[in-house]
Amino acid sequence: MANEVLKVEHLEKYYQKKHVLHDINFSISKGEVITLLGPSGSGKSTLIRCLNGLEDFRNGEITFENKKVVPSEKNWQQLRQKIGMVFQSYDLFPNLTVLDNIMLGPTKVQKRNVDEVKKEVDELLKKVDLLDYKDAYPRQLSGGQKQRIAIVRALALHPEFMLFDEVTASLDPEMVRGVLNIIQDLADQDDMTMIIVTHEMNFAQQIADRVLFLKDGSILEDTPGKKFFKDPTTDQAKEFLQSMDF
Amino acid sequence: MAHSGINVLFEGTNFTRLLLGMWTTFKIAAIAIVIGLIIGIILGILRTFHNKLLRFVLRIYLEFFRIVPTVVLLFLFYYILPRQLNLHMPGTQVAMLVFALWVAAEMSDIVRGALISVPIHQRESGLAIGLTRYQLYRYVLVPQAVSLELPATINLITRVIKTTSLLMLISVMDVVNIGQQIVEANNQKYPTGVFWIYGLIFLLYFLIDYPLSWWAGRLEKKRLEQANGE
Ligand SMILES: Nc1ncnc2c1ncn2[C@@H]1O[C@H](COP(=O)(O)OP(=O)(O)O)[C@@H](O)[C@H]1O
Ligand SMILES: [Mg+2]
Repeated sequence: MANEVLKVEHLEKYYQKKHVLHDINFSISKGEVITLLGPSGSGKSTLIRCLNGLEDFRNGEITFENKKVVPSEKNWQQLRQKIGMVFQSYDLFPNLTVLDNIMLGPTKVQKRNVDEVKKEVDELLKKVDLLDYKDAYPRQLSGGQKQRIAIVRALALHPEFMLFDEVTASLDPEMVRGVLNIIQDLADQDDMTMIIVTHEMNFAQQIADRVLFLKDGSILEDTPGKKFFKDPTTDQAKEFLQSMDF
Repeated sequence: MAHSGINVLFEGTNFTRLLLGMWTTFKIAAIAIVIGLIIGIILGILRTFHNKLLRFVLRIYLEFFRIVPTVVLLFLFYYILPRQLNLHMPGTQVAMLVFALWVAAEMSDIVRGALISVPIHQRESGLAIGLTRYQLYRYVLVPQAVSLELPATINLITRVIKTTSLLMLISVMDVVNIGQQIVEANNQKYPTGVFWIYGLIFLLYFLIDYPLSWWAGRLEKKRLEQANGE
């Protein structure tokens, strides 16, 4: 496919003896949003961590923008500029100001012009309502603010593709909406290609073009979002949706 | 009237000599510390890498300098090695070398400990924005480790300065050695001179070491307060 961003074929992952991902196959096209759902411990984090080289895998192949990824420290380091990732723990660098957290990637990794990047970061910060916190240190921010900055930090590299791993799971309830709105805007306005792991089912339903349902390390469903939430094929998925009060 | 003991300090050039001795001591400590800290930071970083052989060798190095008493190290490098290797170094240089190697060993452990206590998420979010391994250490891990390790580093420095009092054993003209000479030369005239001389040496060491250990304590307290405040 011409507009295919990422393809995963026959991926297997072990932690020592433990087999945590079984024969994973899927692909994602440009502008598509996949939500990756499944019970805790089913391997969601492990799977998306494999997609930007934070975990190595035993078998299988990942193709990014029609080029097979040869897993090496150097190749992943290059690719991570195009594949942004935001984690559950809001891990800004506590030794750097908000601005420096965001500037680090664009200026040191991509060696872009400092003044240009600064201008662009101002725009991004304005969009997430945090321009006033530019010179603050992470410890002065709330969880929700930190997570918004973490997203901006990833976006500042101009990624082609974003991975979100339960980015609202450790936030106070009143902070969740603000973070989800940013992701929604990315889908609506920037047509960003994304894989989102989340427990916010309303949000998942609203944003998902497609749902991958993962259980015990296997993809049990790969369905359009609308269908998954109305009429899931497998009993496991039905059970899962019920357990989420959905 | 017997000579008042305190005058021994001002007899002839005694006072200047003592201060010069202190300067020698201070110089040796300072140079050893600077070189030792730089090497120690590099070794500490290397000890967080996965290479098993490298880690093993550096571990042995650390244990050697930690287990063998400093006096023995000084003798070893001053009396024994030169004979075996036919290499002659003045005492001051031997002292700098021994102290620098010792500081490097201890520092490597402090740095390693601080680096591995930086949370794993910091490493991963650094990698996730495309940092190379060098950049990850340079901008994320080392700066965070430094603030963790600063109190321990200052304490190491105070230990080094205290331990310089052993320098006379390898004939360095340090403050203790000069004090000893002055005491012996003035024994007749100033029977209580020994008290005043060592009193002054005590004071000089105290003036250097106390502010350092006060600073270390304050930093540690501040760090704990911050950690609890998060
Ligand atoms: N570093 C690790 N070492 C060993 N086992 C792990 C590790 N990380 C995750 N696992 C195991 O792999 C499985 C999948 O975990 P994970 O990908 O975190 O699931 P999820 O994100 O869906 O909750 C779980 O059984 C978990 O215990
Ligand atoms: Mg997870």
